[in-house]
Amino acid sequence: MMMKSRHKRFIWIALGLVVLGVAVALVLRAFNSNLVFFFTPTEVVEKKAPQDRTFRLGGLVTAGSVKRNPDGLTVTFDVTDTAKTIPVSYTGILPDLFKEGKGVVAQGKVGADGVFRASEVLAKHDENYMPPEAAEALKKAGHPIEGKIFAGEKPLVTQPATQTPASKP
Amino acid sequence: MNLYKYAAPATFYPLAASLWPWFAGIAAVLAMAGLYMGFFVAPTDFQQGEVYRVIFIHVPAAWMGMFIYLVMAGYGVMALAFNTRLSAMMMQALAPTGAMFTALALWTGALWGKPTWGTYWVWDARMTSTLILLFLYIGFMALNNAIEDRRRADKASALLAIVGSINIPIIYFSVKWWNTLHQGMSVSPTSESKMASIMLWAMLTMTLACWMYSIAVALVRVRAIIAEREAGADWLQGSKL
Repeated sequence: MMMKSRHKRFIWIALGLVVLGVAVALVLRAFNSNLVFFFTPTEVVEKKAPQDRTFRLGGLVTAGSVKRNPDGLTVTFDVTDTAKTIPVSYTGILPDLFKEGKGVVAQGKVGADGVFRASEVLAKHDENYMPPEAAEALKKAGHPIEGKIFAGEKPLVTQPATQTPASKP
Repeated sequence: MNLYKYAAPATFYPLAASLWPWFAGIAAVLAMAGLYMGFFVAPTDFQQGEVYRVIFIHVPAAWMGMFIYLVMAGYGVMALAFNTRLSAMMMQALAPTGAMFTALALWTGALWGKPTWGTYWVWDARMTSTLILLFLYIGFMALNNAIEDRRRADKASALLAIVGSINIPIIYFSVKWWNTLHQGMSVSPTSESKMASIMLWAMLTMTLACWMYSIAVALVRVRAIIAEREAGADWLQGSKL
């Protein structure tokens, strides 16, 4: 069967694009660990995070863990992915959206005492957008808002269920 | 099918002239409706406060930046495979608009990032791949202008558009594949929206407005390109349009 030259060209372009796609996919796979912006506490515990250089740690700030030192600048808190927890210490100004039960990404190093000393703390919030009343209503109804902090499908509860305002008798 | 006749620059030139005011008008009406919904009707967000309203510009701009590149790649395939002159011209007409939207997405994102994340810029997968998209647009325009011979310029830039389109799925899925500082998808074809519906509608209205605007300016621009390239052609001499 004779193919028209324009159809031939079209097939070559399609084939080229497929080959290129596979090549890019392989490269991205190979560089996977360089493409993640932060490591989860579980990866840090399993020593999958860099050992001797600084890296970023991401997760949720454990509810009730934020403590301010007497100097007023140093803050300590725990970062968790609900499976593992890493204690973090940071001296500096926290972003406005930094909150217990919310996402955070901290850059720093794990010290000999196992505490992650952060030099920079960024807030990472989730993909939910709603008016405050709706969020309040969801909490009251016992449906905590689930947000994704990590890549993949697993959503986490980013609103601690204990924050429900005490109901007056 | 008779539609093929519009692939000829000589027939598309007057068609574009009669179409673009419609698209521009629809864009203006939708933009006014979308901005009104976004800034006066939509409520405050429970975690970000008022600053979240940047999504009514940021998300449509980012979507259009990605979408226009895919359309350009599609025209690139047609230009290379079928040698249609108009596809190469459309590709050239779309590039500045795509670059503008990508730059707008990066800029609004930076302005929003400072108060929410605490930084204007980080090198995470979503932001880095979007910056690469902007460079691809700039590279496309540079390449298209750098080669003297029109046919070779079209071929080279079509190839760049096609090859560069690999970056689009990387941008789109980056927040799913890797841990990023950028939040995940609030709206996706496969899952329920994570936004209050009025916020979502304002955002979609703005997206449609940006889309219509892109068509309008591309039509105006392609007319200029046709007039430039076909300057010597007989049909253009008598044209009043």
